[in-house]
Amino acid sequence: MITLDLLCARFTRLRLEDLQGWIAEGHVRPERAGHELVFTELDVERVGLILELRDDMAVNDEALPVVLSLLDQLYDLRRRLREMGVTLDA
Amino acid sequence: MAQDPYKTLGVARNASPEAIKAAYRKLARQHHPDLNPGKPEAEARFKAVSAANDLLGDPDKRARFDRGEIDAEGQEQRHSGSYRQQAEQPQGGRYSARPGQRPEAEVFDDLFADIFEQRRRAESAPRRGQDETYRLVVPFLHAVAGATEALTLPDGRSLSVKIPPGVESGQTLRLRGQGGPGRNGGPAGDALIDLDVGQHPLFRREGFNLYLELPVTLREAVLGGPVLVPTPGGPLRVTLPEGSDAGRQIRLRGKGIAAHGAREAGDLFLNLRIEIGPADAALKAFLSQWKPEHPHDPRAGMEAAP
Repeated sequence: MITLDLLCARFTRLRLEDLQGWIAEGHVRPERAGHELVFTELDVERVGLILELRDDMAVNDEALPVVLSLLDQLYDLRRRLREMGVTLDA
Repeated sequence: MAQDPYKTLGVARNASPEAIKAAYRKLARQHHPDLNPGKPEAEARFKAVSAANDLLGDPDKRARFDRGEIDAEGQEQRHSGSYRQQAEQPQGGRYSARPGQRPEAEVFDDLFADIFEQRRRAESAPRRGQDETYRLVVPFLHAVAGATEALTLPDGRSLSVKIPPGVESGQTLRLRGQGGPGRNGGPAGDALIDLDVGQHPLFRREGFNLYLELPVTLREAVLGGPVLVPTPGGPLRVTLPEGSDAGRQIRLRGKGIAAHGAREAGDLFLNLRIEIGPADAALKAFLSQWKPEHPHDPRAGMEAAP
């Protein structure tokens, strides 16, 4: 669990406005503790993934929700298969 | 030793920074591990691609690498692509495509229906039959001359198997289309026949040559003359030269393994062995009086420990 400041410090190429935008769009969904936002390891990795999609793979703002939605569906399936006891590679 | 980063990205050594960036993007999109969960090879590939990009994407590092000041190894490894480890755990449900509710069972029913449909389709596609393996014992002389053997299969069919001359144990013959039947109109599999070549009481085989220990009488050895020799092709009359001593080797050209295709026939080698036979009074009397013309010690120079 880390705070917004720590998260911004962790990724040098992360700008606060971008993160706020992603939170507003629901791409990143931190929890609220009092006045503060807290980010779990899952959120941190997701921010890392979004940064890589944007900076390394040139996924633009219009394409980002599409990619994230497909990925979320993919991981829904994989979680579900795991729950059903199907062994997945890697 | 890490691979040449230029090769990893598939770019020329003089590629422009834009070309390097484009090549990296293409490979990153293809191999990013979070986009390829369940494909460990994608992760390894992505790591290599990222490391190559870290080196070549930075003009300063690239120049140092080109000058040989740093090598492709020892680069700082960027931590990336581990979202999937989190996302696959139960907490990943927070980013479910349907927030706040569990994925509906029917979605998965549809998914599995698709999977089963695909499997059913695959099963109705033409499929080649299985290869079946059989073992066939080939008598020694059949392997020498070549033969046609009949092999009875478990299903009652009889296969006629042509054995070329010169086969050896452990060799496999393949009969196309004689294996398991194909499905849905696919071709039949092959019959694979493992050969097991038997031994022979008289002949020993080495490559394509045969060896025969040939016993001769004392008279035949000393005086020479015609003897009848068993060969794979039938008895053969061979004239022994005069004074054929024990251990002498006689070569019968072309009487070994039969010729096959471009390969010439092997030879049959006779190793003479003298047999005195039952006691003979006259021979005994002769030998006790006999003074050899050139005395000879067959054990001369024989020492157990040289």
